[in-house]
Amino acid sequence: MKPLKSPADLEKLRKDILAKKDSKRLAIAACVSTGCQALGVQKVLEAFDEEIKKQGLEGKVEIKETGCLGFCEKGPRIVIYPEEIYYFQVKPSDVPEIVSKTLIKNEIVERLLYTDPVTGQRARYLSEVPFYKYQNRLLMESNSKIDPKKIEDYLAIDGYKALAKVLFKMTPEAVMKAVKDSNLRGRGGGGFPTYRKWESSRNAPGEPKYVIVNCDEGDPGAFMNRALMEGNPHSILEGLIIGAYAIGSHEGFIYVRQEYPLAVENMETAIKQAEELGLLGKDILGSGFDFKVKIHKGAGAFVSGESSALMTAIEGNVGEPRPKYVHTSEKGIWDKPSTLNNVETWANVPLIINHGAKWFASIGTAGSKGTKIFALAGKVNNTGLVEVPFGVSLKDIIYKIGGGIRNGKEFKGVQTGGPSGGVIPKQHLNSPVDFDELTNLGSMMGSGGMIVMDEDTCMVELARYFVNFLCDESCGKCTPCREGLKQASIILNRIASGKGTEEDIENLKKIAEVTSVASLCALGQTAANPLLTTLRYFSDEYKAHIEEKRCPALACKELVSYYIDPEKCQACMICHRNCPADAVIGEKMKIHVIDQSKCIKCGACYDVCPPRFGAVKKISGQPVPPPIPEEERLIKRPRKEKRS
Amino acid sequence: MYEDRIDQIIGKYGNEKGVLIQLLLDIQHEFGWIPKEAIKRISERLKIPFSQIFRVASFYTALSLKPIGRHLVRVCVGTACYVRGAPRILDSVEDKLGIKSGETTSDDKFSLETVNCLGCCALGPVIEVDGQYFGKLNSEKLEKIFSSCD
Repeated sequence: MKPLKSPADLEKLRKDILAKKDSKRLAIAACVSTGCQALGVQKVLEAFDEEIKKQGLEGKVEIKETGCLGFCEKGPRIVIYPEEIYYFQVKPSDVPEIVSKTLIKNEIVERLLYTDPVTGQRARYLSEVPFYKYQNRLLMESNSKIDPKKIEDYLAIDGYKALAKVLFKMTPEAVMKAVKDSNLRGRGGGGFPTYRKWESSRNAPGEPKYVIVNCDEGDPGAFMNRALMEGNPHSILEGLIIGAYAIGSHEGFIYVRQEYPLAVENMETAIKQAEELGLLGKDILGSGFDFKVKIHKGAGAFVSGESSALMTAIEGNVGEPRPKYVHTSEKGIWDKPSTLNNVETWANVPLIINHGAKWFASIGTAGSKGTKIFALAGKVNNTGLVEVPFGVSLKDIIYKIGGGIRNGKEFKGVQTGGPSGGVIPKQHLNSPVDFDELTNLGSMMGSGGMIVMDEDTCMVELARYFVNFLCDESCGKCTPCREGLKQASIILNRIASGKGTEEDIENLKKIAEVTSVASLCALGQTAANPLLTTLRYFSDEYKAHIEEKRCPALACKELVSYYIDPEKCQACMICHRNCPADAVIGEKMKIHVIDQSKCIKCGACYDVCPPRFGAVKKISGQPVPPPIPEEERLIKRPRKEKRS
Repeated sequence: MYEDRIDQIIGKYGNEKGVLIQLLLDIQHEFGWIPKEAIKRISERLKIPFSQIFRVASFYTALSLKPIGRHLVRVCVGTACYVRGAPRILDSVEDKLGIKSGETTSDDKFSLETVNCLGCCALGPVIEVDGQYFGKLNSEKLEKIFSSCD
């Protein structure tokens, strides 16, 4: 393709692309993002290839590989166009039927439609699926329409229109005003007003100025940045170029963690295509504006997601944060003004330009505008990416969209904001989700991870998990974070193993106070959140561990024992075979017994005991009943009568 | 033995600033680890002190200073996988391979690592073997995955 020299060229190309699109053509669109790949979508696509040839449809069906649609729980999913039929959990063995029925005869394969687990109703259209019904997918919607490796697809959905508008019809000041009026706040964690970051870089002395996309996404439990970068890389690139124009920057970096190889690959392709079309590089669309961008892969350090640490990593050094009395927006990469925003923040920019700041500001709550993508995971029925306007309640997200808790268990808490966030308990489920509300509850928005926990998750154990995580990831530069977290970890280990004392709780609170006030960067400053929220909302659980040596969730290994209920054991030998420590004593027709001295508490016996027997019990805070005497172990079953 | 290849990798970046981490990632990708010779060579060519490169290489989890086995197994222990049973999956992988996280089997067949998040949180627990992801794991699936590695 030839480089475009003007907005008119761009519009002409768009027209050509749209003219070539045949809206009635048969097409199969499959999500090939990392999630669906983990569920085997590649094999499904191979099956389609083969089956289409076999059934004589070669050349008549287009196979499109798209990004993530969000409903990962029900992947692999495919869409059949032009009818837009959504099939979920498709297996290679379903493919012949899809081809012969849906592609050839235009009939629906009912069992592959989404089935509501409560009403049993099948959903013919996506809008009927509860998971999607309550969302407002301003950013995620496009993922289903485009092949991320084809710039034509992005152009077909008005891609780079905002860029042309900005370069030819708006001054940088007008762009700044639009971002200011939209009230866009950073989606990466703190929720800092985007406009203020941009303005401070714009006004700071020093050349060159840099703009950066942060796709480090080190928060375990968050993957919306991956989905956006894998599924729609051009939208991020367009936002970045617009920001660069407003700020007066001509050089940018896209920082992607190396754990996301597909995101790196798709972004590399996007950059190359945009350069070829003259949408990136020198004299963009003939406007005289130059902008170039490079990808920098992150080498795996949680702290590198912090803005000053990320910038040091781009310089090629150890990604450690530095004090921020001088803002990175004024002195960042190589001490030059640097504006860093999260993937999702940048992706919102073209929307604001295309639809106007007023429109954007009309969505959301008083302090938080627009939509936010949440990664709903954990013990909830419908896991995946959920995009909702700010202000929707936690309850609606977890129950209406998420379909409630798995296996009919009881909701205990939801962890938001990654390791720096906190756990929000049941009594606050009706709280609207926005930046300020979550902070009020002692947690934070973070990048939008939302991990749902049920009665089986122990809050002491969870706090220990986060503190250990942060302890590992602390760069060690400042003492409160390095030493404070270490001590907190020791104390939590003590409590979780039943050796805690009253004094431990007081000490935890003291440590939390010091790390939050005295740490250098956000990692240490927020490290106390998981500790403080669990102490505040689940103090009973800490108490049970300390006073009764009991883990109410039956999760802390040191406080749990397994034993086999002799009344229920059917001597089926399954637990005996699966015990890795040979701790189950048993033989056919003889009730099994666990040798507590050998038991490593792995829980394998508990998992494999058939639910209809339910003989293996987990107990905590009480002594294990003595094993039944050898002579009573023989099971006397009535002999089955032979059928005549 | 590494010199030529390392020179090629360095050559790819020309005179760009701040390429050290990208270089090391490329070397890690190519050799599976960062050999001492590689650090020496980079130090000579880019005029960066050996100690500084060593510091970078030892700081980042994606860079390994030890050789790894033919198959790299990474178990995700991110929060979402964690609440869905990742610790048990890790126990079971350790048990099956007979090594702990960070170790390599004596026949150099498998290396085991834990990672903080693979970004497949909706499908936890997840593991990655040689770049391929496997979701909604249980012990039975694990057995199949490992037996398909030669």
